[in-house]
Amino acid sequence: MLRLEGVSAGYGSAQVLRAISLEVQPGEILSLFGRNGAGKTTTMKAIMGLLPLMAGAVQVGGQVISGLPAHRVPGTGVGYIPQGRRLFTELTVAQNIEIGLMAGGQGAAMRARVLDLFPRLAERLDQRAQTLSGGEQQMLATARALCVNPKVLLLDEPTEGLQPSMIAAIRQVVVQMRAQGVAVLLVEQRVDAVLSIADRVAFLENGVIRETLAAEALRADHGLLERYLGV
Amino acid sequence: MDFGPYLFLATLEGAVGAAVLALTAVGLSLVFGVMRVVNVAHGEFFMLGAVLAWWVATTVGGHPALGFGVALLVAPVLVAGIAAAVDMTVLKRIEYDPERTIVATIGLLYILQQVTLMTYGPDARPVEPPFNARLALPWVEWAEGGLRMYWPWGLSTTSYKLAVIGAAVVVLLGVWALMARTRIGLLMRATQLDREMALAFGIPVERIYALVFGLGAGLAALGAVLVVPIQQAHYLMGADPLLLSFIVVIIGGLGSLPGTVLAAVLIGLSDGIISVFFSPTLAKILATLLVALVLVFRPRGLFGAQAV
Repeated sequence: MLRLEGVSAGYGSAQVLRAISLEVQPGEILSLFGRNGAGKTTTMKAIMGLLPLMAGAVQVGGQVISGLPAHRVPGTGVGYIPQGRRLFTELTVAQNIEIGLMAGGQGAAMRARVLDLFPRLAERLDQRAQTLSGGEQQMLATARALCVNPKVLLLDEPTEGLQPSMIAAIRQVVVQMRAQGVAVLLVEQRVDAVLSIADRVAFLENGVIRETLAAEALRADHGLLERYLGV
Repeated sequence: MDFGPYLFLATLEGAVGAAVLALTAVGLSLVFGVMRVVNVAHGEFFMLGAVLAWWVATTVGGHPALGFGVALLVAPVLVAGIAAAVDMTVLKRIEYDPERTIVATIGLLYILQQVTLMTYGPDARPVEPPFNARLALPWVEWAEGGLRMYWPWGLSTTSYKLAVIGAAVVVLLGVWALMARTRIGLLMRATQLDREMALAFGIPVERIYALVFGLGAGLAALGAVLVVPIQQAHYLMGADPLLLSFIVVIIGGLGSLPGTVLAAVLIGLSDGIISVFFSPTLAKILATLLVALVLVFRPRGLFGAQAV
C-alpha cells in the first residue's frame, strides 16, 4: 500500500534521509523507531510532500505520489497526524473536521462516522481547538486525519503527553484502522505501547533504515531492543 | 463658526478618511496575516486603482454616475488581477521569503510608479463624483426655553462623502462575512494559522496566496476609486495611504482585521480632526509617535495575538 524506494530528503542542503526504503501493507502497522534526530518526522514529511525529495519515490496503492504538489497528497488517501497535533487552533472543532473532510473529498456520512468514534468531540463542535484538553486535541487531530478516509495513516508521536486512558483510546482507534485494511506507519517513543500493537518495526539511525524486524521477535527477545536502541 | 460645529465638521472629514483608510489597511493586514508578506507596493495598488478609475470613467464618458459606476467595478478587479499575476510570477518564485518579498515589493513600487508616470503623466486628474448634493448640517444650542436646533453657516458636507462612509462599511462587512462565513474564508484562515498543515490537508496554499494578494490589492484599489472624486488621481498618491496603512496595521495588531478597522477609525478620525484644527503634518507626527509607543509598550499591537 505504502512504499518508499530509495528516498533521500532533508532541509535545504542538509540531507537527513539517506536512500531509505520501506513498505507497509494494507492492514499492517509498521512502527518506525529511532533516537531524536534519526529522521522519523522527516520521513513523515517526505511522504506528505512537505519536503522535496532529493532522490527516490513514494508510492501509495501503486501510484507514485512523490511528484505531486503537497496539497494533492491527502487526496490520494494519506491521513497525517503530526507531532504536536498541529491543529488549526483558532478554528472550532467543527471547522477542523470540515477541513479534513474537504481534503479527502468526504461529506456528511464520514463526518458522522468520525464523530461516532469520538463522541466527546461531538459535544464540543463549536469550541475552539485551542481550548480543548491535550487528550481532546489529540482526538481532534486523529479525527481530522480519519476524515480523509485514509488508505495510509501516518502517526507521529500520537501519545506524547497524554494520560493513560487517552493513550488507550488512541491505541484502540489505530487497531481499528488496521482491522479496516488501512496501512499504518507509526512513529512512537513509547516502546511498550508500540510493541503491543505493531506488526513490524523498522529501526532508523542517522537517516538510514538499519533493520526491519517482526514485532513478535522483539516481544520475544528484549535483547534485540537493547542492541538497536540501547533500552 | 463655534467650536462644537467646527469639531463636528472635522470629525466628518476624518470619518471619510477613516473609511478609505480602513479599506486600504484591511487589504494590507489581510496580505500580512495570511501570507506573512510585507507588501511595500500596497500604496501603488491604491494609486493604480485611482488612475484606472480616471481612465475608465474618461473612456466610458456619458453621465458621471455611469463612468464612476463602471470604474468602481472594473478598477479594483483589474488591480486585483495585476496583483495576483505579480504573486504568481514574482512572490511565488522567491518562495514568499520575508526579506526577499520586501525587496521585491519595493521594486514593484518603483515599476508601478514609473510606468504610471510614463503612461498617465505627472498631472493630478479628477473623477467626477456620481452625485454631489451639498447637505447643510444642523447643530444645537442652548436658548431660552431649552435646546434649539439651527443650521450654522459653513457646516455642511456632501452626499457623496456620506456615501463613501456607507460604502466602506458595507465592503468591510462583506470582508468579515467572507472570512467568517464562507468556505474560502475558512481555507484562508487555516492557511494563516499553519501553512504546512494547510498543505497536508489539501489546501492549495499557492492559489490561496494569489487570491489573498489580489484581494488585498483590490481592497486598496476600491478605497482609491471611492476617494478619487474627492482627492484626484496622481502617480505619487500611494505614499500617504501606505504610511497610514502601516501605522494602522501596527497599532491594530499585525494580521488582526478587527484591530485594523478600529485602528483605522482611530487614526483616520484623529488625522482628520488634527489636520483641520492644526496641520496635516502634526497629524502624521502624532500618528507615527503613537506607533513608536505601541511598538515599545505593546509590540503585538492593540489587538494582535500574543507571540508564542
